[in-house]
Amino acid sequence: MNSIIINLFYLLAALLFVMGIKGLTRPKTAVRGNRLAALGMLLAIVITLLDRQVIHYDIVFAGLALGTLIGVLMAVKVQMTSMPQMVAILNGLGGGASLGVAAASYFSVLASGSALSGATLIITNSAVMLTVLIGTLTFSGSAVAFGKLQEILPSQAIGFSGMKFINLGLLLASVAVIFLLVNNQLGSDGFLLLVGLALLLGVTLVMPIGGADMPVVIALLNAYSGMAAAAAGFIMGNNVLIVSGALVGASGLILTQIMCVAMNRSLLNVLFGKMAVSDGLTVDADEVYQGKVTSATPDEVGMMLEGAQRVVIVPGFGLAMAQAQHAVRELADTLVSRGAIVEFAIHPVAGRMPGHMNVLLAEAEVDYEAMKTMEQSNPHFSKTDVVLVIGANDVTNPMAREDKGSPIYGMPILNVDAAKSVVVIKRSLSPGFAGLPNPLFAMDNAVMLFGDGKQAIMDLTASLHEAA
Amino acid sequence: MEAFIVLLSLFTLAVFLGVELITKVPPTLHTPLMSGSNAISGITIVGAILAAGSGDESSTVVPLLGFVAIVFATINVVAGFMVTNRMLKMFKRRG
Repeated sequence: MNSIIINLFYLLAALLFVMGIKGLTRPKTAVRGNRLAALGMLLAIVITLLDRQVIHYDIVFAGLALGTLIGVLMAVKVQMTSMPQMVAILNGLGGGASLGVAAASYFSVLASGSALSGATLIITNSAVMLTVLIGTLTFSGSAVAFGKLQEILPSQAIGFSGMKFINLGLLLASVAVIFLLVNNQLGSDGFLLLVGLALLLGVTLVMPIGGADMPVVIALLNAYSGMAAAAAGFIMGNNVLIVSGALVGASGLILTQIMCVAMNRSLLNVLFGKMAVSDGLTVDADEVYQGKVTSATPDEVGMMLEGAQRVVIVPGFGLAMAQAQHAVRELADTLVSRGAIVEFAIHPVAGRMPGHMNVLLAEAEVDYEAMKTMEQSNPHFSKTDVVLVIGANDVTNPMAREDKGSPIYGMPILNVDAAKSVVVIKRSLSPGFAGLPNPLFAMDNAVMLFGDGKQAIMDLTASLHEAA
Repeated sequence: MEAFIVLLSLFTLAVFLGVELITKVPPTLHTPLMSGSNAISGITIVGAILAAGSGDESSTVVPLLGFVAIVFATINVVAGFMVTNRMLKMFKRRG
């Protein structure tokens, strides 16, 4: 098929992607938006198959069939609690595919020479190497992120203070190798060296990042996978790759930015520094908690809930760990049937990826209108009778608001302590990811309900039913 | 060189368009946004098909790399769109 017609169809596909993302701005239109984007993808694939450059269909169809089979299985089997892992795998595969395209282009030119010359050749070669660098580090970085999320690798930060110099060194070495490759001063050994450096860089970039910082990393790897696709587009001079890659890159960068703001940290700080340890002002957990923590039984909490007019539930990663989303929804339903107003207050970095909690609650059929953002929730805590904090810790820590010496000072939090009473459902008084004690637990209006999240919530629901 | 400038302009405009669109996505939909945009980044499949099917006989590495790239990109596209669809269908108002 004529290349002009092909490119016009690619433009149409890009337009469908834009409309698709626009659809994702509202829950009502989101399903349709996703389908429009999928239609754009189908169009792009079919048009490419009709391109006269494609001669060997056997290998193409074999790849499409195998990929579809694996893809369908993954999409059907994955649990909603495992969405962060799923997105990590998909990011990595996207990066890997871009690497494959760039490497194929490199070896093709190596074997049969390039039709290009002068500035165009340099630009194309640079695009190839840049795609290799970004695609490869997305691939290995995502593999490490997956390992951490799946807890195959330790989820806490692993590294030492000199780690950033190693990363910087690897990056500079990669840039130097790219420069030499583009100038034809290195052969295929140099190319493999670049792949090796980028693989290593992906690992050393993600390894030092700990559990609660995962939302930032996932979003950033998402941006990289888009940038790799865009860079691959520059190799082939392909408009649809460039436009879609740019859209995805922008999406990932914005989400990264939102996550960083929600933790009051800069991107560089997340990537290169572990959470700053406050000097001198180490807070002693015993001092914070001693004699001030009140523990309650499910029946006692049930009595508090019986009289409550307005209840806010604050979910955290512990909710996902305990698979407690359905139990929480049942509790919320019970409260609503008793005439209470129930809302969910969701901190932007709750869970392991942006929007993680929302997906879990949606799976349990919680109405999305009941899911409130931090900005929407904070003004109303003072009018709330009971706040139930389930598996969340740092995002409710008042030290972020009051203690200037604290490492989390300045991080926006859910001001749950403003409510009449706060119930914290937690296994023990162990600290959250920031490693800090939470003065909230010792406050006069707070009680602890110790135990497994899911069981505790089911006990609460049962005690409410008994009361009715 | 001129072609490069055209592509660079396209890239820059698309980044700005992306920023405008995505800042409007509510936090509730951030996970589907990631998996959905991820599926879109599987557009590299176009490059993979061209690389694998080009009939480049000069090197056995090229079709092999193309094949691997097709498999990866296809998983990315199929799993990405399907799982996004699965999630979005859950975001309904009840009753």
